[in-house]
Amino acid sequence: MSFAGPANFRRSAARALADEPLQRELARFSQGFQVRRVEAASRLPEFEALRDRARDIKNHCLAHLDFYLERYEENCRAAGGEVHWCATAEDARQAILAICRRLGAKTMAKGKSMVSEEIGLNEFLAEEGVRAVETDLGEYILQLRGESPSHIVAPAIHVATEQWTEAFRAAHTDRPADRSLSDGSEIMAEARAVLREQFLGADVGLTGANFLIAETGSSVIFTNEGNGDLSQTLPRAHIVIAGIEKVIPTLEDLSVFMRVLPRSATGQELTVYTTLSTGPRRPEDLDGPEEYHVVLLDNGRADMLGGEFQDMLRCIRCAACMNACPVYKQIGGHAYGWVYPGPMGAVLTPGLRGVEEAGHLPNASTFCGKCEEVCPVRIPLPRMMRHWREREFARRLLPARFRYGLGLWAFFAARPALYRPFAALAARVLGSRKRWRRLPLAGGWTGTRDFPASEGRSFMSLWRAGRRR
Amino acid sequence: MSGRDAILARIRAATGGAKGEAEERLAARPRGPRPARAAEDPLERFAAEARAAGSTVAGPVPPEEVPAAIAEWLVNENLPARLAASPDPALDRYPWSSRPLLTLERRRAEPEDRVALTPCFAGVAETGTLAMLSGPERPVTLNFLPEAHIALVNARDLVGAYEDMWARMRAAGGTPRAVNLITGPSRSADIGQELRMGAHGPRRLHIVLVDDGPPEASDAC
Repeated sequence: MSFAGPANFRRSAARALADEPLQRELARFSQGFQVRRVEAASRLPEFEALRDRARDIKNHCLAHLDFYLERYEENCRAAGGEVHWCATAEDARQAILAICRRLGAKTMAKGKSMVSEEIGLNEFLAEEGVRAVETDLGEYILQLRGESPSHIVAPAIHVATEQWTEAFRAAHTDRPADRSLSDGSEIMAEARAVLREQFLGADVGLTGANFLIAETGSSVIFTNEGNGDLSQTLPRAHIVIAGIEKVIPTLEDLSVFMRVLPRSATGQELTVYTTLSTGPRRPEDLDGPEEYHVVLLDNGRADMLGGEFQDMLRCIRCAACMNACPVYKQIGGHAYGWVYPGPMGAVLTPGLRGVEEAGHLPNASTFCGKCEEVCPVRIPLPRMMRHWREREFARRLLPARFRYGLGLWAFFAARPALYRPFAALAARVLGSRKRWRRLPLAGGWTGTRDFPASEGRSFMSLWRAGRRR
Repeated sequence: MSGRDAILARIRAATGGAKGEAEERLAARPRGPRPARAAEDPLERFAAEARAAGSTVAGPVPPEEVPAAIAEWLVNENLPARLAASPDPALDRYPWSSRPLLTLERRRAEPEDRVALTPCFAGVAETGTLAMLSGPERPVTLNFLPEAHIALVNARDLVGAYEDMWARMRAAGGTPRAVNLITGPSRSADIGQELRMGAHGPRRLHIVLVDDGPPEASDAC
């Protein structure tokens, strides 16, 4: 499940465009979520007002993050939970390993958690002798195939049904080889049976958290399968891993996010299982974990506070931005090289991993603005992508020919007396044919399509002619 | 410096760390915009939303008819009459002996159980959502392990919006270990991008609405 890394974006994107099975899945994906989101929003007249409210709650929390985290910790402890503050990914891995070691745990049942992907938990635990089993169906198939998620809500969106069959036949060798396994229902029934044993046999369970509630000390997950609930109920300990930006004040605030998150993510009125967990099993409870731990991860988040990227910390990981993104819909999530793809990834990844490694991701944008339009907490994603592009340019991280090209263009663009004759000349030359099959210096464009001819006159000359009339 | 101190110091350096406003807000618990649909007839809205989410809904039926309604559904669905049922005394009020073939085992769920029966703390009309609060008499496993889940909801426990449910929960003693808000049967669209029911939790969620008469009469009991 290792990630290719953001640095390989150009190559990975080119490979994705040529990958026919992937393109088939992406073509099917590109409508579903987006249409369902619009339908769900139209059923709730208060949706836009709720988005404003959600944005305001997050802004308030980020402005008082220290207060809410301390209050959250206090209430979580009062309910018998333990809070582990982890500044880095390594701190978080060690905190989780220490819990496993103390309990003598050999197996972990996992609910879907992008933060656990962020810290590379599974590979690390495997080296230390703890076997982590993904129980979300999408994450499970990725684990079998040795792949990373390509979408933060539907992580296996790129995997075709035949590939499920193939992977299950290869992995579940204790089942009859001649069984029927081509239909999605058969595949799901087998996954249900196989993973049941994992829940029942696991020593510890780990889930992420969509929110932490300061008022009650609770962690909250929004899921549809029920694996997150089984992962946290059946094993001896429940470990929650969450970024520090997940804390919100009250249950009233949670109600606002219950109304915007599922509608933005999958177009559901509410996820099937919205679960609040507060501490370990209580005296005389018949089930539930004996221990409850929360690993609070910073890993670069606090450094995004107070600057031009603070708004990104409002993100509630609904994936509406990637569902709407014309670039994501062409190349899928793997090309982005890390946990967070699409527009939110193009802004967050340089923030968490540095502009040197990931500063070029914001260049993969058409700046159509769709992502900001659908974001439930109204994050100005295009503006922040521009900020990263400015930084990348200022720090000379772009390849030389881009920098010189941009520099040359800027020189002319800032001098209209020089720019206009050039533009008029270019318009005349490009207008001498109906279309251009090949154009020097524009091979990237004409390699896959014709370049349209110009009208023969520049905009400025048409404008002046129009004004005279 | 511990991880905790380091993280808090970084946050305070960026935000300034004044907390008066936040303390007031946390105590006041302001509410966001309330959906107009929460003011509609809760019974109708609840049933419509629950069905839209893939639940089946029966009733409202009077308490004495609950065992018959359950028995009939089990027969129709070809499910066994042996139920893993919540130990919650809320189930004691129904005349189970009127259906001697129904067997209720009052305990947590085990992996081999096929059907669970539970009462609910509340039903939320705005999305057809069931609220289950964990406790010594309300094991969580009943909500997730069996393949079919029958939930009884008293009509007078229906509320319009989530906030109404939280207010009731606070009045009833605060936050339990687990609050399970359930909206329809378990599902996944991970395989071939096609939605199917019964991923890990129940494939079927059957809600029986119980008509317990006007609130005054019930409260007097």
